[in-house]
Amino acid sequence: MLEIRRASVLYPARDKSEPVEALRNVELTIEPGEFVVALGASGCGKSTLLNLIAGFLAPSSGQIKLDGAPVTGPGQDRAVVFQKHALMPWMNVLDNLAFGLKLQGVAKAERYKVAREFLTVLGLEGFEDSPVYMLSGGMQQRVGIGRALTADPRILLMDEPLGALDALTRERAQELILKIWEAQGKSVFLITHSVEEALFMGSKLIVMSPRPGRITHRFDLPFSRRFLAGESARDVKASPEFIAMRETILGIIFADEEKAA
Amino acid sequence: MTMDIQDDSRPAPMIKRIFRQAPTKPGQTYGVPGEGNTIKISVVAVLMVLGLWQIVTASGLIAPLFLPSPVAVVQKLFGLISTGFTGVPLWEHILVSAGRVFAAFALACIIGIPLGLAMGMSPVMRGLFDPFLEFYRPIPPLAYLPLMIIWFGIGETSKVLLIFLSVLAPMALGARAGVRSVAIEQIHAAYSLGASRAQVLREVVLPSALPEILTAMRIGVGFGWTTLVAAEMVAATMGLGYMVLSASQFLQTSTVLVGIFLIGGIAWCFDLAMRWVEKKVVPWKGRM
Repeated sequence: MLEIRRASVLYPARDKSEPVEALRNVELTIEPGEFVVALGASGCGKSTLLNLIAGFLAPSSGQIKLDGAPVTGPGQDRAVVFQKHALMPWMNVLDNLAFGLKLQGVAKAERYKVAREFLTVLGLEGFEDSPVYMLSGGMQQRVGIGRALTADPRILLMDEPLGALDALTRERAQELILKIWEAQGKSVFLITHSVEEALFMGSKLIVMSPRPGRITHRFDLPFSRRFLAGESARDVKASPEFIAMRETILGIIFADEEKAA
Repeated sequence: MTMDIQDDSRPAPMIKRIFRQAPTKPGQTYGVPGEGNTIKISVVAVLMVLGLWQIVTASGLIAPLFLPSPVAVVQKLFGLISTGFTGVPLWEHILVSAGRVFAAFALACIIGIPLGLAMGMSPVMRGLFDPFLEFYRPIPPLAYLPLMIIWFGIGETSKVLLIFLSVLAPMALGARAGVRSVAIEQIHAAYSLGASRAQVLREVVLPSALPEILTAMRIGVGFGWTTLVAAEMVAATMGLGYMVLSASQFLQTSTVLVGIFLIGGIAWCFDLAMRWVEKKVVPWKGRM
């Protein structure tokens, strides 16, 4: 269980500009197996929040605990999937997938065995020896997700992982991530700009607002469960409840944007 | 009616290609700057220069003392191969010079690459070494050659050290720039997968820096050959630089030209080899 207690982040003043309050008094709990999606206008601090959880950033005040232990830096229990996949181009697909295990000192045969399992899960069979720079954007992102999963983290942190994909690839990747989430039972924290993606994927949605960055709304979402129970993604996204929810969220975000403008 | 006028004023295809991009054929990309194969053009250009050289020398326009004909230079090369220069066979001159350059180059790699990496990774190392490196880097080696000789004598040490110093700066700066070329996401990814600082250096920074390091090696060895002649100016009895310098004192222009072509040829072959290594070792360069 990940707990964020009254976490604030204050970026110091620089070049005559005012100090920026990126996050103010953020309270958030991510239960095991929960899929939390963060949504908000740009500058609302969602990336800052992810960096806090990942341990790339220390809070100015407040604290972050994972299973009771304070987070003091990045670690293998919180694997990150980046928007720009950040794969290692000098390694082939299999070595990229097995990278986390290599860092942990797992023997070659063992780590390849684990990586091969994920190769199948991700639909990348036959590409294990391909250099990653030869793959399409969607495949590269799948390798990025697989790399995070092979390290067997407690929580998976995704920073707009599908932002660079085309619409069709993106929808298929959403479904794949949900299926993996169901199979692995990991906690997930995902950032997105897309309201539809947020509603479809999350079991819990937090809406954030800028100046200062904070969580303004929380929703429990049923849609990913419905998809995993067998309903088709298109039916879920076309259902009246989904559309009503989408309009509510869009209303909140547009209000924020107008205030900023 | 206007057709005739257009036909008359139509520029030659070559000129047209330079001034206006023609539509591309399938499989090409429109508007890529400087795209196209250059081998044919280069071969023609080299042959034309050689031809011009032959014409101006054969016609007696330029005296052989200033510029011997290409044929005379080739003859001189074969003469040097069979009789040597100042009693030393030509291959020994080549070997001695190549030995000096590559020994200095190897030493510069062994010291310069780790130094550059350390300067890229640590502000302490950068603070310590940056002022010295940046200060001596633009000084011509000829300027500190006397110091080298005063300190290290007229033997092999001062020669190799002089070349080493000229190669060291580009190697260290290249490795340091390589460290900067790492994407921060790649470093964050490694840390979030449980990497230690040493692992990040070995598994992420080093491979990322490799393309820059290889480029620095290509540039560095060029500096080495540039400094060779300076290094062989004092108290040398062997080497291509020595050969060029002493031949010039006796106005043996053809020997000077042979020496120049040999140095250029060896450097060029090494560069080709390095480019091949680049293709093999960092095929991903510039693609991600």
